[in-house]
Amino acid sequence: MKQTLRLIKRDKLLLLMLLPGIIYFLVFKYAPMYGVLIAFQRYNLYEGIFNSEWVWFKYFIEFFEGPDVWRLIRNTLLINVYQLLFAFPAPIILALAFNELRNVWFKKVSQTISFLPHFISTVVIAGLVVNFLSPSSGLANKFLGLFDISPISFLLIPDYFRTIFITMGIWKSVGWGTIIYLAAIAGINSDLYEAASIDGASKLKKVWHVTLPGILPVIIILLILQLGDILSVGAESIILLYNPVTYETADVLSTYVYRRGLISGEFSFAAAVDLFNSVVGLILVFTANKISKKATKTSIW
Amino acid sequence: MKIVDSWEDRIFINVSRILVIFVVIFTLYPFIYVLSSSLSDPTAVMKNQIFLWPIGFSLEAYKTILGYGELRMGYVNTVFYTVTGTAINMLLTSLMAYPLSRRNLVFRKSFMIMITFTLVFSGGLIPTFLIVKSLGMLNTYWALLIPGAISTWNVILMKTFFENLPKELEEAATIDGASAMSILFRIILPLSKPAFVTISLFYAVGHWNSYFPAMIYLQSESLYPVQLFLRKIVLLGQTADITGGSDMGTETILMAESLKYATIIIVALPIILVYPFIQKYFAKGAMIGSLKG
Repeated sequence: MKQTLRLIKRDKLLLLMLLPGIIYFLVFKYAPMYGVLIAFQRYNLYEGIFNSEWVWFKYFIEFFEGPDVWRLIRNTLLINVYQLLFAFPAPIILALAFNELRNVWFKKVSQTISFLPHFISTVVIAGLVVNFLSPSSGLANKFLGLFDISPISFLLIPDYFRTIFITMGIWKSVGWGTIIYLAAIAGINSDLYEAASIDGASKLKKVWHVTLPGILPVIIILLILQLGDILSVGAESIILLYNPVTYETADVLSTYVYRRGLISGEFSFAAAVDLFNSVVGLILVFTANKISKKATKTSIW
Repeated sequence: MKIVDSWEDRIFINVSRILVIFVVIFTLYPFIYVLSSSLSDPTAVMKNQIFLWPIGFSLEAYKTILGYGELRMGYVNTVFYTVTGTAINMLLTSLMAYPLSRRNLVFRKSFMIMITFTLVFSGGLIPTFLIVKSLGMLNTYWALLIPGAISTWNVILMKTFFENLPKELEEAATIDGASAMSILFRIILPLSKPAFVTISLFYAVGHWNSYFPAMIYLQSESLYPVQLFLRKIVLLGQTADITGGSDMGTETILMAESLKYATIIIVALPIILVYPFIQKYFAKGAMIGSLKG
């Protein structure tokens, strides 16, 4: 006790420096965690969190008995599954391709260009997508017009939404995603490649037997993180692209929370849906981590 | 000795090259197309004649869009949010990262747990919104500056960087009786220039591009960042009030598409222009972050 007091006294200036940050975390990160209690209340703004009536699992039950729940879970899961299938491997393949380039200038320029979309705002990117797919002036329909196919309103057809969304995601992040893999590739011991060369291995064989095993831990860690996020799709980019006609495939848990909570003002109901979402996410990331620890001895903690 | 590639290897290398070239075209083409469209004669845009290069040449769309007061206001707001926001971010992030980088700090472990836990669990959209509301920040510019003032990742990134600095200077300064505050501002920060620049850039680009907090926290258009005006013009298609409403009839319709392209360029341009000069910092930052993460 005395020891601790002495240490506090010794570090008092450091603790003082830390204070604004700690207050920030308490107010904007921990107070909202406490605030999730409104999911179990019939929250209203006048009574506040301390006086609102407790209704326990009413809103959770309402959500699971409601008409939207399975559509939302299915859409959220499917978007993530498609992301795992198409968006996840894309930067790995591109990183392997970058790694084969020998012309330093070309390598540098092409990498720089491929990183660019990562820094472009979601609104600009969604704007590009809307313009490209516009039935009256969009490039996609101009192209189809060359084959005498009449214009299609891509963004009004639920069947196309996932493809559009996943493609947009790949465009935005495939280049940036290569950074971590390129760093991992650079860390592979070059003796392994020499040994493979002496054995007469082709490049493809080296990629398969040296490069991929070398970056496997990184792939697994990113995969675990992705699996933990399998029930979350950011609302920000979907909100810009979807509309009531495409809700059938485009509406996900986070956009639903946004609409019910902030547009309709059903705070408690929306908080309940959001809480369900984050708890499942937390369980998933722990489970994926545990399985990976057992199976491959790689884990994030 | 010259290494001769086998035919298998040559195929592999060429496939790689083709893939990279495809990605480069796939990335650049949308920008070129939008730029060309924005510079073309609006009639040619209307008639869908643009594929790659501008047809005719007209700055009409830019003139109209730059004459639109709201967009200019949005631009000024965004510059304000980016500059002030980044300054607040950097002050709070460094004040937090430095004590945490001192290995013998009292309660260091508890503080670190408190911070990293926020990476796996968060209260979510609604409770955060209610906190911002109860602090009276709704519909004020504070709502875009304070709730996102510290990014947990960036604290960890900066802390890691500080930890890897040579300890000798710091020790010497302590012996000379310098306080923790002056060590941070006189010794640590000047030594951490690369990390400092990288993290500021991450924050600044984040502010420039952000639209979601503005959409949920702000009602008055006078506070809107430019991204929200972009959304209004390009995604919600509200171009009428830019060209002066329906009384201009055909001209409004004629210009509508060109205006959208010009707006996209105007909003994305600052990032594209500074990007080549600052990209090396980003790549480095992502590297430190990912290896330690």
